[in-house]
Amino acid sequence: MSDALEIAGRRFGSRLILGTGGFDNHELLAAALAAAQTELCTVALRRLDPKAQGSILAVLDEAGIQVLPNTAGCYTARDAVATAHLAREAFQTDWVKLEVIGDDRTLLPDAVELVAAAETLVDEGFTVLPYTTDDPVLARRLEDVGCAAVMPLGSPIGSGMGICNPYNVSIIVERASVPVILDAGIGTASDAALAIELGCDGVLCASAISRAHDPVAMATAIRLGVQAGALAAGAGRIPRRRYAQAATPDEGMPVLTIAPDTVA
Amino acid sequence: MIVIVNGSERRVDAGTTVAELVASLGAPGDGRGVAVALGGEVVPRSAWPATELREGARIEVLTAVQGG
Repeated sequence: MSDALEIAGRRFGSRLILGTGGFDNHELLAAALAAAQTELCTVALRRLDPKAQGSILAVLDEAGIQVLPNTAGCYTARDAVATAHLAREAFQTDWVKLEVIGDDRTLLPDAVELVAAAETLVDEGFTVLPYTTDDPVLARRLEDVGCAAVMPLGSPIGSGMGICNPYNVSIIVERASVPVILDAGIGTASDAALAIELGCDGVLCASAISRAHDPVAMATAIRLGVQAGALAAGAGRIPRRRYAQAATPDEGMPVLTIAPDTVA
Repeated sequence: MIVIVNGSERRVDAGTTVAELVASLGAPGDGRGVAVALGGEVVPRSAWPATELREGARIEVLTAVQGG
C-alpha cells in the first residue's frame, strides 16, 4: 500500500487530509500543515469580517495545498447546495466536502438530505465528497448517485472517540469502489493507523490535531500513524485467535524437574 | 441608499456595484476566496462589475475561514 491517495483522478502524495478548524492562529496552522505533510485541506465559508487578520487561503496557497471547501453548518440539502455554489465561486473548484447535519448535539449527518444534496451536486458537475455515517447502505447510496468518495465517521465530529464500529467501516471498505476516507472522531495517531489498517484510503483529521496540547507534534504523530497503518495493511496482519499459539517451539525442551524418588 | 450587507445596514452610493462593495470591505482585489450572494442567489465573480445594488438589497459577502 503506497502513501498516495487518488480521488477523482487526482493524486495526492499523502493519505492524510487536514481539517483546518480549531487552530489558535495561522502560524500554528502553517506549522501543523508542514508537520502533517498533507496536500488537501478543508476550509469553510463565512461572512467576511473586514477586521480579520490574515487569510487562511494565503497560508494554504503558500504551502501549495489544494482547498476542499465544506458545507459545514448546513441542515438542509437546499442550504448545502447553495453553499457549494458559493464555494465554487470563491475557490474556483468544483470539489466539495458535503456536510448536511441533522442534529446540533451529535452533528450526525441527515441521511435523507445528504443523498438529495449529493445527487443534485453530482448532476451539476461537482466532485462530491460526502461526510456520512458508518452505515454501509448509506455509503452505497452515495456512491450510486455518483460521489467521488465516501467519508464515513469513526465517531461524532470532535468527539475524539476513535472508530466506534470498525466492523461497519470494514464493510464499507469491502463494498466501495470509490475511495473511503475516515472522517471525524479521530482522537490520536493509533485511531488513524486503525482506519488505514481497516482498508480506508485516507483519513480526514481536524480537532485531533488542532486541539491537541501540541498540535505540531500530534500532526507528526498522525502522519506517522497513517504511514504505519498503510505499511501494516500491506504487510497482512495475523488472524485473531481465541487461544494462544506459541511463538517458541516445544521441540528440544530439556527435562529439568526430576521426581524425588528417581534421584540416585 | 441603504443596503443590508451580512445582516447589517450599510450606506452606499446609488449605482454601487457588487465589485465596488466587495473592494470597500477590504477583500482581495482579484476576489480570490470571496463569494457573493444577492437576495440568496450567487453572483458569479465575472458579473460583479456589472451588477448594481438596489435600495434595500440583501447581500452576503463570504470568505474562507478555518473549518473541518
